[in-house]
Amino acid sequence: MSRKIFVLLSFMVITAFALSACGPAATATQAVAPTAAVQATQAPQATAAPTAAPKVTINWWHISTKDPGLSLWQKFATEYMAAHPNVTINITVLENEAFKTKLTTVMQSGTPPDIFQSWGGGDMNSQIAAGLLKDITPDLDANGGAWRSTFGAGPLSVYALNGKNYGVPWDMGMVGWWYNKDLFAKAKIANPPTTWTELLADVKTLKAAGITPISLGEGDKWPGMHIWSYLATRIGGQAAFNAAYARTGSFTDPAFVQAGDKLKELIALQPFQPGYLGATHDQMQATFGNGKAAMELSGQWAPSVESANAADKKGVANLGFFNFPLVEGGVGVATDVVGGGDGFAIGKDASPEAIDFVKYLTSADAQKQMAAAGMGIPVVKGGEAGLTDPNMVTVQQDFSTATAFQLYYDQYLPPAMGSVLNDSIQGLYAGTSTSQQVAQAIEDAAKQDIK
Amino acid sequence: MEIPVIRNIMKPEQNSHPPRKVQDNLTIALFLAPAFALFLVFLVYPIFRSLYFSLFNWNGLGPAVDFVGLDNFRQILTDNIFLRAVGDGLLIVVLSLAIQLPFSLGLSIMVGRDLPGRAFFRTIFFMPYVLSEVITAIIWMGLFSPDPSQGLINAILVLIPGVQPQTFLSDPNQVMACVFVVLTWKYFGLHMLLYMAGLQSIPREIEEAALIDGANTWQMIRNITIPLLSGTIRTTIYLSVLGSLTQFNLIWIMTKGGPVNASEVMATYMYRFGFVRFQLGYGSAVALVMLLICLAFSIAFLRLARQPDYLGGM
Repeated sequence: MSRKIFVLLSFMVITAFALSACGPAATATQAVAPTAAVQATQAPQATAAPTAAPKVTINWWHISTKDPGLSLWQKFATEYMAAHPNVTINITVLENEAFKTKLTTVMQSGTPPDIFQSWGGGDMNSQIAAGLLKDITPDLDANGGAWRSTFGAGPLSVYALNGKNYGVPWDMGMVGWWYNKDLFAKAKIANPPTTWTELLADVKTLKAAGITPISLGEGDKWPGMHIWSYLATRIGGQAAFNAAYARTGSFTDPAFVQAGDKLKELIALQPFQPGYLGATHDQMQATFGNGKAAMELSGQWAPSVESANAADKKGVANLGFFNFPLVEGGVGVATDVVGGGDGFAIGKDASPEAIDFVKYLTSADAQKQMAAAGMGIPVVKGGEAGLTDPNMVTVQQDFSTATAFQLYYDQYLPPAMGSVLNDSIQGLYAGTSTSQQVAQAIEDAAKQDIK
Repeated sequence: MEIPVIRNIMKPEQNSHPPRKVQDNLTIALFLAPAFALFLVFLVYPIFRSLYFSLFNWNGLGPAVDFVGLDNFRQILTDNIFLRAVGDGLLIVVLSLAIQLPFSLGLSIMVGRDLPGRAFFRTIFFMPYVLSEVITAIIWMGLFSPDPSQGLINAILVLIPGVQPQTFLSDPNQVMACVFVVLTWKYFGLHMLLYMAGLQSIPREIEEAALIDGANTWQMIRNITIPLLSGTIRTTIYLSVLGSLTQFNLIWIMTKGGPVNASEVMATYMYRFGFVRFQLGYGSAVALVMLLICLAFSIAFLRLARQPDYLGGM
C-alpha cells in the first residue's frame, strides 16, 4: 500500500516537472529575460478615479553607461514617476555591444522592451518587418500633428518606414574629425586640414613631433568603417552610394575602390595608436581623452564619451572639430554629411504611458538639458538653445546646412550586409585585403541582401 | 567451516525468484524520467529545430520561409574563414594535448608528493578554474594591453632593454598564442585535480615493489604512474579535445575572433553569423557541422581508446 502511494507521488512530481518543461518552444530554448519586471498590461481608463489609476510598468533600455547620460536619463525617469505615481519606470543600462546582443535574444522571444535605443535604418526595418515595433504615427499626428511638428523632419524620417513612424529621434548629428588643439599647436599645425592631401601632411607632421596622429578603435570595426564611408562619399558623392543601394550601380564602382586606395595611403603612414586593431570604441575614446592621440573620427557623442573615458574624467582641454576634408578629384562636397543619431524605438507592447513618457523625454526642455550636458545634438525645435559647447554648435550648424545626409552605412544597410562591410574594411587595416577585394565582398553581400 | 555465502547459493528452491521485477523497472523508469525529459527538451529537441532552420535562410525574426536546402552547408564547407576556424580549433586541440596535459600531469605528480605547502599550492592551482570565463577574459585583456602603462605583461617586457611593447591581442600573428596561454591558465587546474584523484587510486604496493626493485623516479613515472593513470588520461584528453573544439567565451570576449579572423574558431564563427549578422539559418547549419565534428571525434575516441585492464589480475 505504501509502495503504491510512493509510486503515485513520484508520478505526480515527475508530471509536474515535465509539464513545467513544456511550453512555447522559443522561450524554452532562449532563457534570457530582461532584468526589468513584467511588461505593462492594460491602459488605464480614460476617466480614472482621482486616486488609484492602474499600475503601469515601463521597461526602458538605453546605452548611456556613463555620465552625463546615465544620471540625466535617470533624472527624467524620476521626475516623470513623481508626476505620475502609478507609473514605474525600470531602466536597463547596457554597453553598446552588450545591448545589441541582449536585444536580439529578447527580440527572438517576441517580448521587446517598451522603449529602447535605436539607430534606425536596416536594423530597425527588419524589426518592423517582424512586427516587433509599435506604429506611433497616430500619436504623432494627434491634435493636428502636435507632437510631430516639434521634430525636425529629417531626423524624424530616419525612424520611419513607408511613411509610418515606429520610433522618434532624440539626437541626430554627423561624424567628423575631433582634434586636440593643444597637440596640434605643439606640432605647429596652424589650421585643421581642408583637403585629403593636407590631412596626410598633418599626419606626417604629428608623427615627426612624436605625437600619435589618430586614435582608432578598429577592434569594434565600425569606427574604421566611418573613414572608408566618408572617403567614398567625398569621392563619389551621395550619388555613388544611392546608385549602389538602388542596384543601378554597384559597390565595385570606382568610388568605392578608390576609397579603399585612399584609406590605404593613410594606413601606410602608420598614424594609429599601438594595438588599434584590437582596441574597442571605449579604448579609442580613452586614448583620445587622455591626450595620447591628436585626432579621432567620431560623431556628436565624442565630447561626452571621450571625457567620460578619460582618466581625469575631464578629457581634452581644448577640443576642436573639423569637417571631413575634401578629396582632390572627387565629386563630393564638404556639405555632404554622413551621420546618424539616437532614437527611442517603441516596442509592440508599449502602453500609452510609455508613449507619454517618450513625449516627456523629447520635450523641448528635456532636449535643452540633454544638449547642455553635451550628450548630443537635439532634434526638437527649441532644444538647440541648450547647446553651450561651441564645437557642438558647429556640428549642429553643419548638420542643419547639409546638402545631403547619409545614415552610417552599417546602420542603413541590412544587418547582414552591415556586418560584412565592417569585417571587410577591417581587412584593409590589417593589410590582408586589397581595395578591390573589399569592394567585391561588399558587392557580393549586396547582391544577396538587398532585394 | 561453514561458509554462509555458499550455503545460501546452494539452496536454489529458497532462492527468491525476484517478486517485483516489473515494479523495479517502473521505479527505475520513473526516476529517470525527469532527467530524461530535460534531456529531450533541452538537448534533443533544439538539435532537431536547428536541423530544420539550417535548411532556411532566416533572420531570426518571424517564421522561417526562405527554403534553401543544403545551400548553407555548401557555403560553410567552401568558406575560407570557416576552414580557418576549424584549423584554429585543431591547433588549440593539438597544443592542449601537447602542452597543457603534460604540464598538468607533471604538476599533479609534484603536488601529490609530501612537499611543504602542498595544500596551499593545490588551492591556488585550482583557483583559475573556479573563476568565470568572462572575468578571466577581462582580466587577461587588461594584462595583455599594448600600453605599457596599463598592461602588466608589456610593463615587464619593456624593462628588458631593446624589447618593444607587443600588441598581443591586436597582432594577428600573436593572438592565437595569447589565447592559448589564457586557456591553459584557466583549465590546467581541472586536469591537475583529475590526475591527483587518479594518482590516489594507484595501489601503494606496486610503487613500493618498484622502489624495492631499484626503479628511479623517471622510470617509475614512465612505467607505472602513466600506464595506471591511463583511464584518467583518457578522460582528460576527451574533455580537453571537446572543450577546445567548442571554446567560445574566452575567445569572443578577448578578440571576437579577430583581428581579421586570426583567432576565429567554429563557435565564434557560428555566433557571428547567427547573432551579429542575423543569419540564423546559416548559424544553425554551422552548429550542426560542429555537432557532427564533435560526435565523430567522440565515437572514434571511445571506440579506439579502450582502457587496457592492468589491474585485472589483482
